Amino acid sequence: MAPKVVIIGNGISGITCARHLRKLSNYDITVISAESKYFFSRTALMYIYMGHMKEEHTRPYENHFWEQNRIGLLQKKVATVHPHENYILLESGEQIRYDYLVLATGSRSNKFGWPGQDLKGVQGLYNLQDLETMEQYTSGIKHAAVVGGGLIGIETVEMLLSRNIHVHFLVRENSFWNLVMPPDESEMINKLIYHHQVDLRLGTELKEIKSDKEGRATAILTSKGDTIDCSFVALTVGVSPNIDFVKNSGIHTDRGIIVDDYLQTNFKNIFAIGDCAQFKTPLPGRKPIEQVWYTGKIQGETAARNIVGLEKKYNPGHWFNSAKFFDLEYQTYGLVPAQKDESTDWFWWQDKKGEKGLRLVWEKNTKIFKGLNAMGIRLRHEVCNQWLNNNTTIDIVVKELSKANFDPEFFKGYEKEFQRSFEVKYQYITV
Amino acid sequence: MHPDINLSIASHSATSSLNIKMKTGLALVSLSLILLFLALFNQIQHPFLLIIFFISTVAGSLLYTNGLYANTTAGIKNNGVMFKSISSRGAIAWVLGVALTALYILLYWYPQLLGLHDKANTGLIGFFDPVSKLLNGHAASQWFVYGVLYTLAIILLGIKFIYKYRHNAYQVKRTISVMFFQLVIAFLIPEILGGLNMPYNDFKNMWPLNYYFFYDWHIDQLLGSGSFGMFVLVWGILSVVLISPVLTYFYGKRWYCSWVCGCGGLAETAGDSFRHLSSKKVSAWRIERVLIYSVLFFAVLMTALVIYQYFTKQSQVLFLDSFKVREWYGFYIGAAFSGVIGVGFYPILGSRVWCRFGCPMAAILGIQQRFFSRFRITTNGSQCISCGNCSTYCEMGIDVRWYAQRGQDIVRSSCVGCGVCSAVCPRGVLKLENGPIKTKKLEGPILYQDGEFKIVE
Ligand SMILES: Cc1cc2nc3c(=O)[nH]c(=O)nc-3n(C[C@H](O)[C@H](O)[C@H](O)COP(=O)(O)OP(=O)(O)OC[C@H]3O[C@@H](n4cnc5c(N)ncnc54)[C@H](O)[C@@H]3O)c2cc1C
Ligand code: SF4
Ligand code: SF4
Repeated sequence: MAPKVVIIGNGISGITCARHLRKLSNYDITVISAESKYFFSRTALMYIYMGHMKEEHTRPYENHFWEQNRIGLLQKKVATVHPHENYILLESGEQIRYDYLVLATGSRSNKFGWPGQDLKGVQGLYNLQDLETMEQYTSGIKHAAVVGGGLIGIETVEMLLSRNIHVHFLVRENSFWNLVMPPDESEMINKLIYHHQVDLRLGTELKEIKSDKEGRATAILTSKGDTIDCSFVALTVGVSPNIDFVKNSGIHTDRGIIVDDYLQTNFKNIFAIGDCAQFKTPLPGRKPIEQVWYTGKIQGETAARNIVGLEKKYNPGHWFNSAKFFDLEYQTYGLVPAQKDESTDWFWWQDKKGEKGLRLVWEKNTKIFKGLNAMGIRLRHEVCNQWLNNNTTIDIVVKELSKANFDPEFFKGYEKEFQRSFEVKYQYITV
Repeated sequence: MHPDINLSIASHSATSSLNIKMKTGLALVSLSLILLFLALFNQIQHPFLLIIFFISTVAGSLLYTNGLYANTTAGIKNNGVMFKSISSRGAIAWVLGVALTALYILLYWYPQLLGLHDKANTGLIGFFDPVSKLLNGHAASQWFVYGVLYTLAIILLGIKFIYKYRHNAYQVKRTISVMFFQLVIAFLIPEILGGLNMPYNDFKNMWPLNYYFFYDWHIDQLLGSGSFGMFVLVWGILSVVLISPVLTYFYGKRWYCSWVCGCGGLAETAGDSFRHLSSKKVSAWRIERVLIYSVLFFAVLMTALVIYQYFTKQSQVLFLDSFKVREWYGFYIGAAFSGVIGVGFYPILGSRVWCRFGCPMAAILGIQQRFFSRFRITTNGSQCISCGNCSTYCEMGIDVRWYAQRGQDIVRSSCVGCGVCSAVCPRGVLKLENGPIKTKKLEGPILYQDGEFKIVE
């Protein structure tokens, strides 16, 4: 009989693993997930709320795909894992035996013990249930607060604005996302936030959430002593691995489920992938827990290979990512530090209207290109990747810039202007 | 879900309420509609009221557009599309669909109810007589009235579209292009030609979309119109055998379908609020292939019979009668499919039903685009987050995401190159491009691993 693989979690990592397992093997595959029967794109949650799409539009595969590919789906919650006996226990009481187990349980929203954090109308934004409660508690309201200046935070702001809700945005840092982004990029986003008439409060933390008699949030108290009336509070202060149910099972965990380079846990037949996995030894320049879409994809595929015995180490290549802040698109390739250190140099260019910006980063001594940030500009992944692979020097990157242009046809070019201002500053490099 | 905005017509506005400009705009457009109704029931026939009709239509729609977008930032405007009645198959959509369908039925089969008469027009058609006389010296026909309304729709809703996509130069340019082709090439020049007693000709409307091009009466008319007729005949044939294949080779079918064509022009402008209604299911794709190639076969067969009959004067070939076949084609395809279903069902089935399931021209261009064209939509490495915006807003029902998330290029015969998938993508994943055929990435999935892009088996 074919070995039985049970995958817990039908997010991008679990589903990618299941699909590749199906391609590579004849194994019996079951995906168990509590949130929804069908895989949907978590990254599209905001668009459902904003009315760009319905939930069904966010499903990357039609419902018949799973049966066609003999991937079993079970919408159940897993209560405990029994790694020594090779079975899991569902909350509904059933036991399911497995030969291989894949843990792909994702994350959940952080809460840091604030008074009032469990009130009605206070929540994070991670799953479909969050979307439902957000729908319920924001209907007809005038004021909302968003606490935490990360990517999910700013998406939540945009969501609320789409319903004409005035948003108070508390950001601990003194400029938006400046732990990740250099000051200029961060400042571009601050401006956008103000432009959208958001009450952005930089350098401000949440102290407490107040409520009415029914236990519904009515106001927040900030670290600066201000009280802000609002009937909805989104806590978007990061996410952490969703692993409570494996904590006492014997599977090693820290913040996440500990895995080696093969995505294997301390049990040979148990793997962990995606947001819930934590690397014992992170790859150079990468974090121990990677909470992005594409790494979940690569991890899912890598685990599938290891399960069928095609040994494969996790190797995601160069870092890249993208996001959108209101109407401003952002892409990054390679490594761009938030602050310049001794060994690196960088150059920032912005167009006159302040709608586009491009930062190139290189190693000071060798002039080797290290990474870039593109704001309001689309760049070609393959070209940027080649520059990184080939240790291309910065003068060549500047010269070849237009090769990487991925803006739609007829968009105004920025390369000449960029090159001119770069040359003015760094003649020594280009000559 | 949101009762307060469920009945809103403002399909793209972030606000649920109409502002004063939008309200005034809608009031003016309503005035125009009332005038049309009064004309239809023969209550008014006056050039002055016709002028009022034009002014209130233009002013109303410009005012509405301005009110809708003036206070927004340049960028994608799809907030609330799935909530609003008109754009989510709600009550307003059905009312509109029924009204449009009724209009087409009247146009094709009961023009006398619109006021078309041999002696003197009355009703709606009579109302437009003055414009027709001004342009071509004759009284209006139902097709003249249709042409006026059609052109107005493309221009006014084209302006709305440009305002909506003002951040995207590709969208702006191609919309100006369809507006120009509709106004000048499809409307003004043919009317003026008519006035000069030359054969009516829309120079961009080529066979097989223009299915009567090879009809005997048309050929005879052209041959009987001296050097101009000859020019039209040669141009018509050259368009089919040379101009179109060359342009399609270089740019894909988009040069026609979303830059030039009148059906495409209406779909892109008036139909923009309905583009997401197209079905993305694999089953719809299957139906699409069966239907569109059947229509193409039908069109080719009919034309072959017509040409055979022209030269041999034989109308009967085996069991087929050339006249019957062309009658069927005109009824089922020319009128029922392209008009009634194609436009009447915009609010229910989406804006490109005819282009996707029926148009024989699109079928030919599509085959060429798939195999002999430099056009493709490039997927940007591994940046896709599978959100689904591209597939949702593809009016041709292409599941763009299917390819994008696999790192493959999108090379589909049905793609009209509207560029909206690329515009709505929040991660900058899609780019419409022309390049050497062999660089199209047809194999997949392509995974980013070990610092390289690899095709994974
Ligand atoms: C609003 C938002 C926007 C985002 N945008 C981006 C973006 O633009 N780009 C990007 O790269 N990343 C983005 N991310 C992050 C990205 O979505 C995640 O990294 C990714 O979805 C994680 O996938 P996963 O498969 O590891 O886990 P998940 O998608 O979280 O899937 C885990 C599943 O497991 C289920 N599960 C957990 N425990 C159990 C149990 N005990 N029993 C049964 N089922 C269980 C959960 O219900 C869940 O459905 C975003 C995240 C959010 C929340
Ligand atoms: S819109 Fe862009 S990111 Fe979203 S699924 Fe399509 S290609 Fe991927
Ligand atoms: S694939 Fe993109 S460009 Fe082609 S028709 Fe669909 S939305 Fe338009």
